[in-house]
Amino acid sequence: MQDSELDALIDAGTHALGIRIDPSWRQEIRASLAVTLRFAALVEAHNLPDEAEPAPVFRA
Amino acid sequence: MSTPSALATIEATLADIEARNPILNAFTAVTADRARARAADLDASRAAGRAKLPLEGMPFAVKNLIDIAGLPTLAGSKINRSRPPAEEDATLVTRLEAAGAILVGALNMGEYAYDFTGENVHDGPSRNPHDTTRMTGGSSGGSGATVGGALVPLALGSDTNGSIRVPASFCGVFGLKATFGRLSRAGSFPFVASLDHLGPLARTVDDLALAYDAMQGPDPADPVCVDRPIEPVTDLLARGTDGLRIAILGGYFHQGATQQALDAVASVASALGATRLMELPEPARARAAAFVITTTEGAALHLDRLRTRAGDFDPAVRDRLIAGALLPASLVTRAQKFRRWYREAVLKLFDDVDILLAPATPCSAPLIGETELDLGGEVVPLRPNIGIYTQPISFIGLPVAAVPVRGTSLPIGVQLIAAPWREDLVLRAAWQLEQSGFRSV
Repeated sequence: MQDSELDALIDAGTHALGIRIDPSWRQEIRASLAVTLRFAALVEAHNLPDEAEPAPVFRA
Repeated sequence: MSTPSALATIEATLADIEARNPILNAFTAVTADRARARAADLDASRAAGRAKLPLEGMPFAVKNLIDIAGLPTLAGSKINRSRPPAEEDATLVTRLEAAGAILVGALNMGEYAYDFTGENVHDGPSRNPHDTTRMTGGSSGGSGATVGGALVPLALGSDTNGSIRVPASFCGVFGLKATFGRLSRAGSFPFVASLDHLGPLARTVDDLALAYDAMQGPDPADPVCVDRPIEPVTDLLARGTDGLRIAILGGYFHQGATQQALDAVASVASALGATRLMELPEPARARAAAFVITTTEGAALHLDRLRTRAGDFDPAVRDRLIAGALLPASLVTRAQKFRRWYREAVLKLFDDVDILLAPATPCSAPLIGETELDLGGEVVPLRPNIGIYTQPISFIGLPVAAVPVRGTSLPIGVQLIAAPWREDLVLRAAWQLEQSGFRSV
């Protein structure tokens, strides 16, 4: 994602969650978000069947 | 020669802490009055004929995310200083004291355990006892410093992605991350509920095993702690690796490692007679999934504090947590689905092997303040990459013992990894290595 797209996600997401960020924090947040999205994409690229259960299993 | 009284041991320990903690910065609180009272009680009951306890008079300290009655549980933060003091000790503290150990204090750590360095902006860095300009590793940095510096023989830490094994590696001591769910986490400040473990660091395998045995057992106060009978290991240690199949993890676990890390694994493998190479399926993806779950669950935990007290966090922790809060939930569920797939794929390997060997860290302790790491010729941010070899293992909760290997200047650790609930195997192998010279530095 481009920096401008990451910034749009930061702005919308922090607004939705009620987190106020100082402008001086943005660069590190953007860098962390880019790494996290890259790692998430790596995980997502591993195809799993619809029936695959997530690891946590709740038992009543 | 007579054994010193518990009180004499505690007085010597407290004097040592007073003299050397200003250098190591391992302790954030010393519970001297409590320790003296406990020691006097133990001495009195022993004199009255009580049988000796397994950890009789052994001083220990705990990472400051573990509850100590009467102290606020800091979890390395500024924010938690305004919390009321804990009303009770954590389960593991109670169990260690029931076995005769004596708590002497709370230990420095990386803020909210989101750390591999042992640095802390509020309390200052814990310092490596083998070179005080260097990191202890984290987040259980004070635990590594105090055991590595021999201020106490035993400490508790927590390990979400490697926070026991990394400081054990950098500080040259033994560490145990038991199977996920084996040891109670009740009375500890959480980080990532899906991945958090508590466990011991110790100077000897005997002490590690004795502490582990004392801490086992179900605990209704921790829903993750399994209802499984206590399976003591101390009496099994001398079996060593007799009959065990041992292999070295290759591929991902060689990439990026310094020669020292590779040499350490080779020396452990040689001592154990292991020559076979194996590879984990998809370890890089496992590490990525652990990263995703960590940052998002951590963000969920701290969401209110990010809204109201963001300026009071360590900036390095805050900015990663805010980023974690912004990740779509659909991607987190994918990571949890992958976690189950990966667990099943890895467990198949244990049909054919009992213990796997891997570096604990890619390098020995970096200088305090360093921010970059040379990972096989690629310069990467240091903080998240110290744990590249620990994350794919704790991600599925496997039991691991970290074993120290002396370097020419600094120590480094090797992970001994087994199938779930087989702590006995990794501790037997660690004991055998200790007998052949792999000792705490």
